[in-house]
Amino acid sequence: MLCQICKERTATIHLTEINGGLRTETHLCQDCAQKEGFAVQAQIPLNELLSTLIAAGAKNAVESGKNDFAQSDKACPICGMTLQRFSKESLLGCPDDYTQFQAQLLPLIERSQNGACQHCGKVPSRLGEDEKDKLALAQLKRELEKAVRGEDYETAAKLRDRIQKLQ
Amino acid sequence: MKPADFCEHPSKWFGGADSSCQVVISSRVRLARNIAGYEFLPCLSSERRRELLEKLRDVMLSIKLDEPVSFLDIDQTPDIERQLLAERHLISQQHVRGNGPRGAVIAAGESFTAMINEEDHLRMQVYGAGLKIEECWRRIDHIDDLVEQKIEYAFSARFGYLTACPTNLGTGIRVSVMLHLPALKMTGQIEKLLNTARDADLTVRGLFGEGTDAVGDFYQLSNQITLGKTEQQIVDSFAKEAAPRIVAYETAARQAMLENRPCALDDKVQRALGVLRNACLISSQEALFLLSQVRLGINLGRISNISIATVNELFMLTQPAHLQLRAGKTLDADQRDTLRAQVIRQKLANN
Repeated sequence: MLCQICKERTATIHLTEINGGLRTETHLCQDCAQKEGFAVQAQIPLNELLSTLIAAGAKNAVESGKNDFAQSDKACPICGMTLQRFSKESLLGCPDDYTQFQAQLLPLIERSQNGACQHCGKVPSRLGEDEKDKLALAQLKRELEKAVRGEDYETAAKLRDRIQKLQ
Repeated sequence: MKPADFCEHPSKWFGGADSSCQVVISSRVRLARNIAGYEFLPCLSSERRRELLEKLRDVMLSIKLDEPVSFLDIDQTPDIERQLLAERHLISQQHVRGNGPRGAVIAAGESFTAMINEEDHLRMQVYGAGLKIEECWRRIDHIDDLVEQKIEYAFSARFGYLTACPTNLGTGIRVSVMLHLPALKMTGQIEKLLNTARDADLTVRGLFGEGTDAVGDFYQLSNQITLGKTEQQIVDSFAKEAAPRIVAYETAARQAMLENRPCALDDKVQRALGVLRNACLISSQEALFLLSQVRLGINLGRISNISIATVNELFMLTQPAHLQLRAGKTLDADQRDTLRAQVIRQKLANN
């Protein structure tokens, strides 16, 4: 099917509009759709996504009066990274930055990771027992929440006992 | 091992000849890791980079893998050989263009590679031909265990494996499959891929990853989320849901083309073959585009005297760095286009 506007390229974007019971279909190629302002961006490069999120983060912070990202001249004592530099380059300076800037990074992490802010995957075997317990506890608490939401009280009770033991 | 040794044959993981590799050409699982006590690359001094490179090289060469590996000092590798490694997906374009002490550890069969001092200190990846995500994950998980016994990773109980960019945080895992979707593209249904990807939080990219176009109907599909899910969950949602669904779409589109418009399909495929067999100058883009259609023709039984292996070989050998290393000299664009056309004519005439 050819694009309705240029009548040259293949239409790859198909719009269906229903207005007052009237159905209209529009078939456009990527270029014309973009000109008409319908462009579907199939993929956002990671760094672009990050800059958008950081910009949004800065905006929210400004709005709430914290202004964290904008007046971010606080530098990490280990690597010297600042949030200002991070917002330009999208890369952090050292593992410690996650602790130094945790408050400011957290909203950003949640938004780029679909709301998640707690690791639940693989754990290095050399990690201390304390840390391993902490991770196991976090995992159990999530399972407990899920069980309660699903009204599976039998599982919830078992999970509660295991949590108490770990605490 | 010298990079130039690779340039005579295609990578083993680049699509086997059996039918399971028709749509999913290859699978890859990558883990991003950083070493405790070292700054991330943007803040790591040149001396510390060198020190870390040597440390990680020794670790990688000391672990017992299922095939022999060799180390390459990428900073000391000639540009053309670096390009060759990128054309074979053994290192990234970022690693080619980067500067300062950096390296790569490459297994003889090319199914395992590790980049040292790229965006993270260590990026290890395993490749497999066809849809082999689970197998790739098991292998890289095992290698990761071996590395972790020798060196301490930067890890936090809250955020998992700490990475330079927060988009890799947590598991540090990037699962991807390389897809060949000519029928979806020809029948204007490529949105099906994009919709499936969006629903499952997956990203679609071109053949060579981030920032590249989908040339020759090759697409790369990979996970976006790395935190809050286990590696197994990420692997499963990919291997058991998203990838099979896209394979089903592409297979249905191929069947529909065969049933409804076999003549149009043959026309496309035979024209592509005609150009490839007769052209005297051909760019890498055009070659990729036409080889893609010939590949579809072979897979659908419309061309019988050319093997998939030949087409796979041509995909690999007609890339700029491969052509130049085989010729043993630097060639300008015009000379490359001439040589490329010659290589293709020869290979296709032999069949």
